[in-house]
Amino acid sequence: MSIFVDDDTRVVVQGITGGEGKFHAEQMIEYGTNVVAGAVPGKGGQEAAGVPVYDTVNEAVEAEDADASVIFVPPAFAADAVFEALDTDLDLAVAITEGIPTQDMAKVNKRLGETDTRLLGPNCPGIITPGEAKLGILPGNIFAEGNVGLVSRSGTLTYQVVDNLTERGIGQTTAIGIGGDPIIGTSFIDALEAFEADDETDAVVMCGEIGGEDEEEAAAFIGEHMDTPVAGFIAGRTAPPGKRMGHAGAIVSGSGTGTAESKIDALNDAGVPVGDTPEEVADHVESFL
Amino acid sequence: MKLHEHQAKSIFADAGIPVPDSRLAATVEEALDAVDEIGYPAAIKAQVHVGGRGKAGGIKIATDREEAEQYAEEILGMDLKGYTVEEVLVEAGVDFVDELYVGVTMDRGEGQPVLMVSTEGGVDIEEVASENPDAIAREHVDPAFGLHPYQARKVVYEAGVDADVALDVASILSTLYDLYEDSDASEIEVNPVMITSDRDVVAADAVMNIDEDALFRQPDLAELAEASYEDDLERKAGEYGFDYVRLSGNVGIIGNGAGLVMTTLDLVDYYGGKPANFLDIGGGAKAERVTQALDMVFSDPNVDSVVFNIFGGITRGDEVAKGINEALAEFDEIPKPVVVRLAGTNAEEGMEILNTDLIEVEETLEDAVQRAVKNAEEVAQ
Repeated sequence: MSIFVDDDTRVVVQGITGGEGKFHAEQMIEYGTNVVAGAVPGKGGQEAAGVPVYDTVNEAVEAEDADASVIFVPPAFAADAVFEALDTDLDLAVAITEGIPTQDMAKVNKRLGETDTRLLGPNCPGIITPGEAKLGILPGNIFAEGNVGLVSRSGTLTYQVVDNLTERGIGQTTAIGIGGDPIIGTSFIDALEAFEADDETDAVVMCGEIGGEDEEEAAAFIGEHMDTPVAGFIAGRTAPPGKRMGHAGAIVSGSGTGTAESKIDALNDAGVPVGDTPEEVADHVESFL
Repeated sequence: MKLHEHQAKSIFADAGIPVPDSRLAATVEEALDAVDEIGYPAAIKAQVHVGGRGKAGGIKIATDREEAEQYAEEILGMDLKGYTVEEVLVEAGVDFVDELYVGVTMDRGEGQPVLMVSTEGGVDIEEVASENPDAIAREHVDPAFGLHPYQARKVVYEAGVDADVALDVASILSTLYDLYEDSDASEIEVNPVMITSDRDVVAADAVMNIDEDALFRQPDLAELAEASYEDDLERKAGEYGFDYVRLSGNVGIIGNGAGLVMTTLDLVDYYGGKPANFLDIGGGAKAERVTQALDMVFSDPNVDSVVFNIFGGITRGDEVAKGINEALAEFDEIPKPVVVRLAGTNAEEGMEILNTDLIEVEETLEDAVQRAVKNAEEVAQ
């Protein structure tokens, strides 16, 4: 079992003829993902990464029966690409693009509420169900099949924690990067809820970071609704107020909301142990299993 | 990106929002020329990106020329929470009877912009928000439709603004929302809006932050961003296109990916060191980027040692190692000890290639950070 993606997922890659899009489409295919088409305006009829390219997502879906998309489109056009995915009624759209203006995402978010499509990201590494499918830019070789779910706001931090787990022989059901932007589609709670409902996920790792209150809300959800044990990590304990730490969403406000301390306290209150180092997170997970 | 008060006010004035008469001054002479034109009382206001300027002594009201000279001398060149004051705004004092707070910002949780109005203006609004949240009226705006004018009126009336000025305040708020949309702001705040004894409404302060991710379609604001770096290293980082934040410690940090770099900073602190910076070089770690990143940290005189932490994902560890070696070859000497840690794909192959004559190598993140902290202690002695 897994959540959101598996070996039946049929993927269209938006922006497949660009450098990033083509490279990662090939990587996804090499991993075993069912990439069935690409969509790039003006490039219909061509082939890229060994799959046919269509002018619109709608054509790709009709011709190749795709049910998910991965979006590698530059920031200025990315919101439009997400709208196209949402309006095509896909089950899942994964937006990798970093740097989409926040006000564009507010409009996307409004539309998202009116559709049944799940949006992952933007500004995320994507999602992987080891051994079945990866949608995004995660390095497939560090993951292993197993029974731990992972949800994170960051890319490389996820890889670090996964590496610590895999090295101990602890594999993953599904790993999800939800993205580092202020407005994102899939929240921690959405992922935690799905992991809780997944029979094969025996423990969950949640990696948060400074900014916003998503981690606090997730902690409340864990306390009230989860039996599956969760281990946590929060990045940004040393971040000064008012500074954007790389991710657009990673900012401690002047009033002191969004701090690492507040998130760690909330998780601890919900019974979630929070590691001081990535290695300690793996220790906690090991103790759950 | 934060705009200075004078920049935001000039945008406000162009949009038709009433602001006090003012001049920008970089020297005491310029400040005195400005007060001679504006008259008294005049506010002398430090133009730095620091909250709570008033409390920190960065805003003074001069009632005569002697005071104006004294305050301009005091404020120009003063250190405000780590920033040197290069310019002051000399502004006509407003004879006010009441102060309001109005603002527009993004409510992250709701994914919608929100208007905020409070009659408790002129004080720290974040304190009001935490101690007396009901004193702030809020109205969410559907980003697909934009602001309906009634919403600005509704939130102003709900906040309890005096009826005779309510429509004027609503009009300012409505204009602020237009500016918020048109300029891709992440936040606009006027605290206070002053009500004068003549019942006029004036924007006496201005905070305007722009979404950095939208600067590609805001060319005028992007130019202001270029000019507004207050730190040479931050300017350099801007030129290189790095995500960089300068801190006050002595352990320089380079890594890839925001979450992992933040974690590296946290670990430096955890093991008793003090991080000097946040520097995310992004994916790939090509030689040119590594050279630029090392140049950044070596240019910071506070840095006594460096930890370079790369997790190779799609980019293999051996490629990263080649990039690091090439970059190191660019330097005549390595001025401060550098500890490198590679992980992920082909990390072992990468570690074998690294030129250990110039740098130290550690296998785990924890070990690398501890060694860099120890190096910093030794160099600092």
